[in-house]
This record gives sequence, C-alpha cells and structure tokens, in this order.
Amino acid sequence: MSAEIGQLALILAFMLGLVQGVAPLLGAHRGDRVLMSLGRASALLQMAFVVLAFAALATAYVTMDFSVELVAKHSHSTQPLPYRIAATWGSHEGSMLLWVLILALHGGAIAFFGRTLRETLQARVLAVQGMLSAAFLGFCLFTSNPFSRLNPIPLDGTELNPLLQDPGLVMHPPLLYLGYVGFSVAFSFAVAALIEGRVDAAWARWVRPWVLSAWISLTVGIALGSWWAYYELGWGGWWFWDPVENASLMPWLMGTALLHSALVLEKRGALISWTILLAILTFSLSMIGTFLVRSGVLTSVHAFAVDPERGAYILVFILIATGSALGLYAWRAPAMRTGALFSPLSREAGITVNNLFLLAATATVFLGTFYPVFIDVLNGDKISVGPPYYAMTFAPLFVPLLVLVAFGPLLNWKRDTARAVLMRLRWPIAVTTVAAGVGIVAFGIAKVGAALGIALGVWLIAAAFMLLARRWGIGRKGAETGRLIRTTPLAFWAVAVAHAGLGVTTIGVTAMTAWTVSEVVTMVPGQTIEFAGRRVTLDALGPGTGPNYQADQARFRIEGGGQPFLMLSEKRFYPSSQTQTTEAGIRGEAMGNLYISVGESATLGGATVRLWWHPLVGWIWGGALIMAFGGVLSLSDRRTRLGMPVRKAAPAKAGRAAA
Amino acid sequence: MRRLAFIVPIVLFLMVAAALGLGLRRDPSILPSMLIDRPIPTFDLPGLTPEDTVGLASSDFTGKPVLLNVFASWCVACVIEHPMLLRLQSQGVTIHGLDWKDEPADGAAWLAQRGNPYTLIGSDPRGRTGIDFGVTGAPETFVIDGHGRVRYRHVGPITPEVWTETLQPMLARLDNET
Repeated sequence: MSAEIGQLALILAFMLGLVQGVAPLLGAHRGDRVLMSLGRASALLQMAFVVLAFAALATAYVTMDFSVELVAKHSHSTQPLPYRIAATWGSHEGSMLLWVLILALHGGAIAFFGRTLRETLQARVLAVQGMLSAAFLGFCLFTSNPFSRLNPIPLDGTELNPLLQDPGLVMHPPLLYLGYVGFSVAFSFAVAALIEGRVDAAWARWVRPWVLSAWISLTVGIALGSWWAYYELGWGGWWFWDPVENASLMPWLMGTALLHSALVLEKRGALISWTILLAILTFSLSMIGTFLVRSGVLTSVHAFAVDPERGAYILVFILIATGSALGLYAWRAPAMRTGALFSPLSREAGITVNNLFLLAATATVFLGTFYPVFIDVLNGDKISVGPPYYAMTFAPLFVPLLVLVAFGPLLNWKRDTARAVLMRLRWPIAVTTVAAGVGIVAFGIAKVGAALGIALGVWLIAAAFMLLARRWGIGRKGAETGRLIRTTPLAFWAVAVAHAGLGVTTIGVTAMTAWTVSEVVTMVPGQTIEFAGRRVTLDALGPGTGPNYQADQARFRIEGGGQPFLMLSEKRFYPSSQTQTTEAGIRGEAMGNLYISVGESATLGGATVRLWWHPLVGWIWGGALIMAFGGVLSLSDRRTRLGMPVRKAAPAKAGRAAA
Repeated sequence: MRRLAFIVPIVLFLMVAAALGLGLRRDPSILPSMLIDRPIPTFDLPGLTPEDTVGLASSDFTGKPVLLNVFASWCVACVIEHPMLLRLQSQGVTIHGLDWKDEPADGAAWLAQRGNPYTLIGSDPRGRTGIDFGVTGAPETFVIDGHGRVRYRHVGPITPEVWTETLQPMLARLDNET
C-alpha cells in the first residue's frame, strides 16, 4: 500500500506546488491578502505531502517491499538496516525525492517562520519556491517515478552498490542536498527582490542565515565526500577533480562569495545588485550540479542515472529558471538603489576582491569541468583535462586569495590606510616570516614550495588569532581583557574560527602533497618490515564474514613510536552483486595517517601489501569542519538570529535546526 | 553603459546553455573513433615494472581479437570497472592494458592491490600513445581484431550490459572472421 500512498502524496504535492507558484504572486501584485495566504497554506500542505511520500518510500525500503521496482533494484534482504534506509536516497529516483523533500521543508519553513517579513515579499519568495518545487516534483513524477511497481514480484532484490554501503555515504547526500537546496532560498529572495524592485536591510538580514546554513551543510558534505573517497577508493587520493566533485565545489566557492557579499549588504548596504547576482548564480550552479550527475554529458563515477532525456528536462528547467532570473536582473537591477560608497582600501573593497577571486576560481573549475563539452561542440574533438589543468589554473588563483583572506577582517569599514593595516598585521607577518624561514632551512631548498605552503597556513591562523587579540585589547594599556573576552560576540569568534580552519586545511593539503610516502611489498605471515619509522608485522591472513559479504582479512601489528597497536585490512566480496571492495586499514593520528591496503593474495600464502604514510591528511577535513563550526557560531549569534525565523517563543534555539 | 553591464550575465549564460544543449545531444559514450577499421598506430611501450620486460607493442595485436583497455591509478571510474575486467579475464577474454598518463609504479601498485586482469601492459606516462589512439579519458576500451585493426571503441566503464549487448557479440563475430 505504501507505494500508492506515496505516489498519491507526490501528485498532490505537485498540484499544490503549481498553486503556490501562481497564487501568491498574483496576490502580491493585486494586494490580495487571501491569495497571499493561499501561498502560505499550500507551502505547508505541500511540505506535509512530500514528507508523507518520502516516509512511504523509506517504509518500503525498511520493510523490504520488493514489489517496488526501486527497492528491488537497490536493496537486498541481507543488507543491514542503516544501509536499507540510506538506500532510500542511494538511487537516482530516491535522491530526487530527497531533493524535493528538502526543498519542501525550506518552503514550509519560509511559510511558517516568515511572518515577520513584509507580506508581499514573503508571498513572492514563496511563489518562486513554489515554481521550483513544482518543477522538481514534475521531474520526479514524469521522468523518474520512485514508486513504480514490479510484476512479478522478485524474491529478493539487487543490493545497493557495495561502494556506497558505507557510514560516510549515509550522510553525504543529505548534507550535500541541504547545501544545494538551501541556496534555493537565496535564489527565491533574489528573484522576489528583483520583482519588487527593492532591497532593504530586512531582506539582507533574512537571506544571510539561510545562505550560512546552506554553506555549513555543503562544507561538511563535501568534506565527508572527500573523506569517503579517501578511505573507500583506496590509495589515499582525497580529491580527484571528478566532474561531480567539481559540481559540489562550484556552488561552494560561489556560496562562499555570496556569504561575504551578503555580509557587506547587511552591515553597510553596499554591493546590492552584486549580491543578487551571486544568489542567482549560486543556486544555478547547484542545479547544474544536479544536471551534471544525471545528464550523461560527462562520464563520472557518480553518474548513476545517465539518461539524456532526464538531462534535457533539467537543462530546459535551468534554462527557464536561471534565464528568467538573469533576464529579470538585466531588466530590473539597473534601476535599483546603488549601495553606499566605499574607498578602494576598506573592508568592503577587501571582500569585493575576495569575491572576484572566488568568482575566477569558480570559472576555472567550470571551464575545466565543461571544457570537454565545449570543445566537442566547437570542433568535434574529444579531449579531457586532468588534475594537471587544475594544478596550473586553480592553485595560482587560490594562493593569492588565501594571502588576502587575512587582511579582510582587519580592515576598517568604509576607508582605511595601508600603513595602518600593515601595522595591525605586524605580528602575523613576523610569525609567518619566521615560519617560512624555519621551513626552508628545515626542509631544504628542494621543498621551498612546501615550506611556503605551511607558512601560508600559519599566516591564516596567526591572523585569526590577531583578530581576537585586538578585540580583547591585548597589548593595549588599561584594556579590561577579561571583560572584553566575555563580551566578544559569537559572530566575531566565527570569523576567526572559520579563517583559522582554512589555514588548517591549507597546511594539510601542503603536507599531503609534499611528504606522502608509500611502499609496496609482498609479505608472508610473521614477516616484519620497517616503514616510516615503525615496525609493521603481518600477524595473520585469513577469511572473515560480514552480514552480506565475505572478506580476506590481513591483521597487522605496528610497533615503535608509542603504544603498539593492531590494524585490520580487508578485501571484501559481495556475492549478491558480485562486486569486490577494498577496505583499507587506516590508523588516524594527529600527525598523519598510516594506511595499509592488501592486494591479491600472492603465491605461497603471502600477500601484496601497500603501505602509505599520509602526513597531516586529517587536517584537510579537520580544517573543513572547523570552518563549518565557524559558520555554526555565526549562525548562533544573536544578531544573526534577529532576522531568523525564531519569534519570542524560543530565544535559545538557533531557528531552523542548524541544518 | 551601466545598463550594459547588467546584460552581460544573461548573455554569457545563454551561450553556456547553448553549448550544453548541443553537448546533450551527443552521447559521450558513443564516440566514433577516427581509427575505426584502420590499423592501430605503431607503438612500443615498456612495462610497468623493471621485471616486466615485455611491455606492449602494436605488433602484439595479431592472431585473435582482443580488448585494449585504457586505465590509470588516478581514475575513479576504473575502480568501478575493475571487477568486471577480472570477471572477463576469468572467462578467457584477452585484455591488454594501457596505463595512461600515470606513473608506472602507481599503476603497478594499483594492479597489485586489486588484481591484474591484463595479459600485456604498456606504460604510457606522457600519454603519447593515448594521443595516437585518440583516447579522451580513462577508462576506455578498444576492440582490436586479429589483423591489428581498431573495430570499436567504448568510452567509460564496461558494464555488464555493455559487455553482453555490444562487446561480447562483436568479439564472437570477429573470432569467426579469423
């Protein structure tokens, strides 16, 4: 039954989406309050129906209802419960349903919490959200219905791709989608502002928390995906410049720019039309990310539903959504109020420069990702760009950006002087110079790049500390440091923490690039080898079993450099899908990871063993999490929350469950 | 003049959309190769390890039809494809490997870890031979007949469907030709 309930709920939600897309827009135009409230009601009802549809599909998975085609394709009776639930969004149809669910939740949240907004603005925002919802619900219903039945009913299903049966991947898609879809709110607000022809402070206060929460989810989602690739795909790559990874990186870069320009808009009333443009582009890139995975335009490991028909649907949809938003922008934005002026050396200017760099970096990734398509269209050649392209183009743009990041928060609003800024930064400059000098001496001339990379990370962290030290009046006579620390607003902490996180990631990336060590050996049980200053012994080779797989296991004992410990490395075989996966043994430490994977069992009872030392690799994801935590701090700041959905009822909560 | 700046985004967007729209109608996995029915380019590549003195050369493609699979240790989709290649090997299909744009040591370690489905392997670290073949990315597979001519090209991982619907019948037909 549940599939039919879900199907019906989805159809009703689609129809409500159509109502929501039209009624409040008309209502706002005519000043008709009934029509405007119809928009709110349909957004809430639509949310309820989509939740019901999603619950129906999840139920089918949990109860192993193999009469539903999707369940039969992605679930097997031996698959553990968490992966049966995760399989709900492990397929194309299911992940689209998740996308629609998150979109509907956002729409519902605007309807429910947005009562403090100007009524016409809320109505227009809801109308745009309604159009988006209807389009994606239509996509679900017409091209990828998750509720199709099978006849005859198979006895058992085909399991979810074993590579995807992993704790990291359970949370990766929902977080990514929270990010992608979260930007839809900024998009809707931008389009609504263009329709209204004005942007005020309330608009900016409202948009920023949504952008922030979407950005946090996307940051964590990308970090999780990268971590998964690291331990599941083997051999320690953490970023592959795969088209689909790029698809998530582009909205992140653009979203980061949006986050900063929205800040300028909120605090200083400047960069109005720029912020609107970024809001439109960020969500468009999110949609292109969706398009990319499904279109078959580019081949990728993630492309689990390649079907040009679906790609065409989304492309037409992007064309209409982004095209009309940008058209509206070309028409309405020139007439909008220009923001407050600022001098070329000011925090506004600093953030503008940061925006330009981020925009250029996004364009680089975009070009690299789509270059094969463009060249194909231009002259029929088929070419591919690999990691070398990004090393040549992305890095030269990102390094100066990282240098500049330290300046932004130490600049004054409106106007500043170069001398004063450099004075404020004298300690970070000194620390960084020392770090670079020590690095060059310690690592040698051959590793100058690495020394400078580490110094760059130190620069970011030192500048973040400087920011706090200044706020606390350290080194200033008569400053009540204790009181100043207590009264430092969370938003202030947020800047320091997020920028320091960026520094941590920079150090991790540099160390991984410069000092990774690896070795391949054939080992027999009992044999000991020296690796990276440790003694690694292969204790035993033997079989093992899991709920839905068989494994060849290798047990290692590692001694030297502290407490001895054991490591387990496996090769798994999943009989029902006839697939093999490698589960590397990973020992994570603050200074780096020891990574052991076993290969084919060689002759005479031995095994091919590959050992890696990945220095500071954990810092890459750790830094990303610190950045995300900075975002959470900013979101929890009282001043951010003022514009947020929470009314008097619950002052302690950060509005929308901090995503 | 000021108005003009606001029109730039939509113009750029429409250009990108047009390119994507055209790209959509071309299925990247069906790539006609310039080399179809032509002899394979001449090459002689070393193996992945010093112990592998045979390597892979164009003269190795005579006798019976084989597959030439382009792979690399940095290629994520190759991880997906790999079990399929091992299964084909166990069914007696001859597959030669081209380790493309990859450090030989990395390629060797990758195979040591996951199993080696290849009969002969050539190392092409600079991608020169790849250019001669018109390789656009990894994984990619060429069907080469007993006379050393390229007969078909598949871009992307070999899935069970691709094998049963396209490659297997083609190999069987070529087997009858020789």
